[in-house]
Amino acid sequence: MRKAQGSWEKRILKSLNSMCTELSIPLARKRPVGEQKELLNKWNEMGTDEPDLSLFRPVYAPKDFLEVLINLRNPNYENGDSLSFRTHLGLIQVPLKVKDIPELKECFVELGLNTGQLGIDDSTQVPPELFENEHVRIGQKVLVQQDSAAAQQYIRQGSPTALRAELWALILNISSQPEDILYYEQLKTNVIQHDLLVDSLIYKDVKLTASNDDYYFVFEDYLYQVLLCFSRDTSVLSHFAYNSASPPKSYIRGKLGLEEYAVFYPPNGVIPFHGFSMYVAPLCFLYHEPYKLYQIFREMYVRFFFRLHSISSHPSGIVSLCLLFETLLQTYLPQLFYHLREIGAQPLRISFKWMVRAFSGYLATDQLLLLWDRILGYNSLEILAVLAAAVFAFRAVNLMEVTSLAAAEAVLADLSTLKVMPLLQIFLFATVT
Amino acid sequence: MSRQKNQSYKAHGLPKGKEREQRTLIRFKTTLMNTLMDVLRHRPGWVEVKDEGEWDFYWCDVSWLRENFDHTYMDEHVRISHFRNHYELTRKNYMVKNLKRFRKQLEREAGKVEAAKCDFFPKTFEMPCEYHLFVEEFRKNPGITWIMKPVARSQGKGIFLFRRLKDIMDWRKDTKNSDDQKDEIPVENYVAQRYVENPYLIGGRKFDLRVYVLVMSYIPLRAWLYRDGFARFSNTRFTLSSIDDHYVHLTNVAVQKTSPDYHPKKGCKWMLQRFRQYLASKHGPEAVETLFSDMDNIFIKSLQSVQKVIISDKHCFELYGYDILIDQDLKPWLLEVNASPSLTASSQEDYELKTCLLEDTLHVVDMEARLTGREKRVGGFDLMWNDGPVSREEGPSDLTGMGNFVPNTHLGCVNDRKEQLRQLFRSLQVQKKAPG
Repeated sequence: MRKAQGSWEKRILKSLNSMCTELSIPLARKRPVGEQKELLNKWNEMGTDEPDLSLFRPVYAPKDFLEVLINLRNPNYENGDSLSFRTHLGLIQVPLKVKDIPELKECFVELGLNTGQLGIDDSTQVPPELFENEHVRIGQKVLVQQDSAAAQQYIRQGSPTALRAELWALILNISSQPEDILYYEQLKTNVIQHDLLVDSLIYKDVKLTASNDDYYFVFEDYLYQVLLCFSRDTSVLSHFAYNSASPPKSYIRGKLGLEEYAVFYPPNGVIPFHGFSMYVAPLCFLYHEPYKLYQIFREMYVRFFFRLHSISSHPSGIVSLCLLFETLLQTYLPQLFYHLREIGAQPLRISFKWMVRAFSGYLATDQLLLLWDRILGYNSLEILAVLAAAVFAFRAVNLMEVTSLAAAEAVLADLSTLKVMPLLQIFLFATVT
Repeated sequence: MSRQKNQSYKAHGLPKGKEREQRTLIRFKTTLMNTLMDVLRHRPGWVEVKDEGEWDFYWCDVSWLRENFDHTYMDEHVRISHFRNHYELTRKNYMVKNLKRFRKQLEREAGKVEAAKCDFFPKTFEMPCEYHLFVEEFRKNPGITWIMKPVARSQGKGIFLFRRLKDIMDWRKDTKNSDDQKDEIPVENYVAQRYVENPYLIGGRKFDLRVYVLVMSYIPLRAWLYRDGFARFSNTRFTLSSIDDHYVHLTNVAVQKTSPDYHPKKGCKWMLQRFRQYLASKHGPEAVETLFSDMDNIFIKSLQSVQKVIISDKHCFELYGYDILIDQDLKPWLLEVNASPSLTASSQEDYELKTCLLEDTLHVVDMEARLTGREKRVGGFDLMWNDGPVSREEGPSDLTGMGNFVPNTHLGCVNDRKEQLRQLFRSLQVQKKAPG
């Protein structure tokens, strides 16, 4: 796995460097004073800037990453030549251990049919006395007690809208101390003083994705304020201790290969890809001070999101999630899986982008936040794979009738009307297995 | 068994007693070629008439109304989409006059506190007749910003902001000397209005809310509130320093469309549900309840203020588009009321909203004579006022416990109209079949 990750990183870095030389833009440069002043003035409305980004390309898109994952092979593993019904028909060919539905039921026991959920039991037909009022009361108590572990347990049943911002901060152990605010201001100063090539990639990504979204376009400026600072935050480097990836290195001009002159580039070690800004966009709904928004996003990234675009064997890593998705589909919806495969529409090709983005931009915001509640509550991303499978199960009837990949994509193009909790509940607890 | 007198059982405007004629074919006419045409054409049993044919339903534009209403005979069942003198509500100068008069009346009858509930309209003066009053107010509040709006134009045309009296002096000179003022067009009336300088901002941007209110009659007053609507965002960041930048201050979609930043894909709109959720997560549900109930107050009071002035012809109904601005203290302000809100769709989502809005409007107008007249909800419309407030609660309302009164409005709430309509029409069919 590490080898694969290493060679993937080399590719990304090569792409970045070649873009750099093509466009003759330095990876980093100090801004002249006039430019610094200008940027400082425009800090709250960077979205109005329209730099010429036409020559910049995103370094990679999720589908490029998928190709790499598909080609992963374990050199020690002998598959045997004969096909049996145990053969995995999906794209991922790495034999990692993934949970099956009985194990998932145990793991996600609080999502069961007999437990109240926000996202189901707060709908208009259900009187609030049955579940919602009590749940809100408990949430308020948890906040008063400032009990992080209790909050994590509590949020498995969903968070009330009014309490969500505080609950997430509690679970992520974010308390905005003066030194945190100062740290953010320091990063902001770094942005003002230096211009990085990566900044243009961030600009381009925001313009292409969040700005074009019907709902997140409003938060465009916040996205720049967070992502530009994020790319300069060296404290993010510490997450590489448990990340199979390593931060790309760059060398001061003229000193290629000399370790003393190596610096991490970008300073936080994370090269943004197409769609990266969508990790931040939903958070803008909850947090309005830039430094708070920043802290929450950074913590979410180093706990969860990084696993979605690095190659590792971790159960919440993207490889495992892909395998979990495919296995669930093949085991519990074999007819559908086989049919889609026959028409050249491998399910993972469609669901991969959902999982890489943790469904941001695909689900309606309120549904997305209910989903992310559970990610925090269970401290795992496996729920993304389960939801992806549940979506396929939900649209199975239509999918059985399509005859091409394009048609399958069309059936699954619009997820904005889906209600995630009922889907998850039905898939895990109410389907005959 | 005598029933306690309560509002929720009053029928909402359909002739009591006699059976309404069930029409099998409804002839409609309209000049609008947008969402409305699609909705009318798809309605079962409705056929379009062209030119001089006789019609049962006419979604007309206001200029036709002005010219023809007075000498058009209409059968009892015929419906038309405007009130004859709707401008009492929709022209800014008339609305201000009516509201001021109503406020005085309320103060006399119910005291200062009740009258203060009419303070949702920024101080406005008609030009040129109230010019001296305006100058007095202007001098009392130096440094604030004012907005000059033409009384009868729409889509943001002719509007500008100013802070100095000098600016309007210049403007008056300009308009007087303007060569392209033809003789037929009467001198335009303007209103000068206090500009709300602390609008609520989302993502640094100013926005206003578009809400739909359907009035079926004025005497008695019967009004329905649609659950959906949207927030229209200005494309650029809000700042008071650029008064001349039309794009910043005017959130009308028509103006935004010409902004160099405008990308049609964006749409610059949020559905009200999304807006309501955003506010709830930021300020908590109670603050949001207060805001929305203040908005209910705006709708009711504005309609009440013109109740005695508008000719309440039983053939007329009207779908108004209310423009509301929220300030940073979460106080809603009424910007204006539109008699002909735009029915052209700016995006797929917008198209769906307007289609459903118009379908439900036609359900409430009920040319097909399906409703009993006792419904409190039809699709996405909630009966907000029925000659008195309408309660959300079922059954006889406890009039002694007025503190528990919950109004029957659900603006920005879940709109499960399809299910509701299905249940409604099914139960109506059952009722018809049942004897007695």
